[in-house]
Amino acid sequence: MGAIELIEQGQMAERPPMKAGDTVKVHVRVKEGDKERIQIFEGVIINLRRGGTRGSFTVRKVSFGQGVERIFPTHSPIIQKVDVVRSAKVRRAKLYFLRDLRGKAARMKEVRRNP
Amino acid sequence: MMVNGIIGRKIGMTQLFLEDGSVEPATVLKAGPCVVVQGKAVATDGYDAVQLGFVEERAAKVNKATAGHFKKANVPGTRVRREVGVVAGQDAPKPGDQVLASIFNQGERVDVIGTSKGHGFQGVVKRHHFAGGAASHGSMFHRAPGSIGASSYPSRVVKGMRAAGHMGDARITVRNLKVLRVDPENHLIVVRGAVPGAKGGYVIIRKAVAAKPEPQPQKQEKPKKGKK
Repeated sequence: MGAIELIEQGQMAERPPMKAGDTVKVHVRVKEGDKERIQIFEGVIINLRRGGTRGSFTVRKVSFGQGVERIFPTHSPIIQKVDVVRSAKVRRAKLYFLRDLRGKAARMKEVRRNP
Repeated sequence: MMVNGIIGRKIGMTQLFLEDGSVEPATVLKAGPCVVVQGKAVATDGYDAVQLGFVEERAAKVNKATAGHFKKANVPGTRVRREVGVVAGQDAPKPGDQVLASIFNQGERVDVIGTSKGHGFQGVVKRHHFAGGAASHGSMFHRAPGSIGASSYPSRVVKGMRAAGHMGDARITVRNLKVLRVDPENHLIVVRGAVPGAKGGYVIIRKAVAAKPEPQPQKQEKPKKGKK
């Protein structure tokens, strides 16, 4: 193991196997004053970058007709956990084309993945 | 037995998460193991210091003269030797002693000295951040330095005028880097921010000469309760 991996080891959080096209629920710790609560951000992964602790993924959802995207560092300590709700059949790694589609056109065919 | 520096090698950069999810840039350095090759004292040399050798996986090829120098301290030959100071008021280590990454603590401030990446002969725009001229609209002034001074008086160019020339490959000190992690087992030190030079370059890590105090968050006055 290289020295950099050795340092990064302690930083890695456990995350389920994710892929572009997955619908995920991201449980985010939100701090309000001195209280902390969990906020859930649910949407489709349209971009996933690997690379150890430097990896990140982008989740897109449509909230009240307004598209919202949020980029999460995969191993960020503010993410309590990630649930994969659904997986869809997609043919590319970056699903940026979803930004131009809305409603029925943005549907994707579901695939069942073995847990 | 304390010295205030160690020889290291730049391994590369990564990032570390803080509690609140923010990210800190970090450089991983292999610090030591080092051996003391020679001790210097006020009586013999006029100043207190020790010469360290950086022990690497592969033993260095040394010629007979240097082999004798290492033999005096009874240490293996090393490729890189550097002098570091001794912490005032403490005994200097003897030749043959080991110096390890554990001389640094987490949260401490250090200075890192390295050789910056060489850029070759560069013009003033890259070397000194001159603005340059317009690229088009008939501009005939692009990346040239422009005027370098007045004419008949002083009839020469003042010293220190910034000009084109060799850039990089110089000894650079970065002060007050914060130590984020120390891993004595694997001889690793992680500092916050960047360090001069390419990956694999040799650096000296020393205790900060002018250590900056830790930034304290400004205290906010609590709003008074009740009606105004």
